[in-house]
Amino acid sequence: MLFFSFFKTLVNHQVTIELKNDISIRGTLKSVDQYLNIKLDDITVVEEMKYPHLSSVKNVFIRGSVVRYVHLPAAAVDTPLLEDATRREAAQTGAKAKQG
Amino acid sequence: MERLNLSDAAPQGPGALPPGQGQPMMMPPGPPPVPQLPPQMFTTAAQLLDLTDKKLMVVLRDGRKLIGVLRSWDQFGNLVLQDTVERQFVHSEGKALWADIERGLFLVRGENVSLLGEIDLDKDDYIPEPFKEAPVEQVFALKKQEEAAKKGTGKRRNKKLAEHGFEGEHSGEAIL
Repeated sequence: MLFFSFFKTLVNHQVTIELKNDISIRGTLKSVDQYLNIKLDDITVVEEMKYPHLSSVKNVFIRGSVVRYVHLPAAAVDTPLLEDATRREAAQTGAKAKQG
Repeated sequence: MERLNLSDAAPQGPGALPPGQGQPMMMPPGPPPVPQLPPQMFTTAAQLLDLTDKKLMVVLRDGRKLIGVLRSWDQFGNLVLQDTVERQFVHSEGKALWADIERGLFLVRGENVSLLGEIDLDKDDYIPEPFKEAPVEQVFALKKQEEAAKKGTGKRRNKKLAEHGFEGEHSGEAIL
């Protein structure tokens, strides 16, 4: 759930999504769900001539399973906070494993 | 099911005090909470709800492009598309062509969907410059050639990779 929460903090930022079929789409992150399906607004395709079918498209819903990379705006990522959250989640899972 | 609206406030957890009963005495541990948008905005349903009854460009995992009106869907991303046309593009031998093929009603299984794009009705069916509309047969024939060529290079690449102990990234399927 950590990455779901993480992506939620990036809403309304510009991101570039690279898909497994090599298309890169840049746009404003509008929404994300538990499967990391992603919704982008005001999109531009990085190599438009190669993918002419997306020229008349303004916003996309990308299925999480076809994403290869998400390029993030470095300024919008709070790395210490993310490290903290990771440790806390790890501690929680560890504690749960001990109980079970 | 509860009828929630995107403008509703986030639901209160079971431990939270009802509004107007004073502040909780202790802050929870960890950093101060970041103001959050309501969680019902971050569901598959909320994302697809906006796209319902809109004209969409659906790209399937095998590279096919379908244009149709989204009429129904579920939590798996299974889709029903009405009045669908398949649009094929070829860009080879110095020619850039496209053609539409009438297809009709589709039920697409969610796992085969790569992306859904809402078509901007202001630039409806805008296709950038070098591409020209051509008869279906011509585009289809060129497309077949192009795919055969791609298959050849893909096979060779995978063979080379296999020699070094690697597996090609799309070895299981053709992604175009």
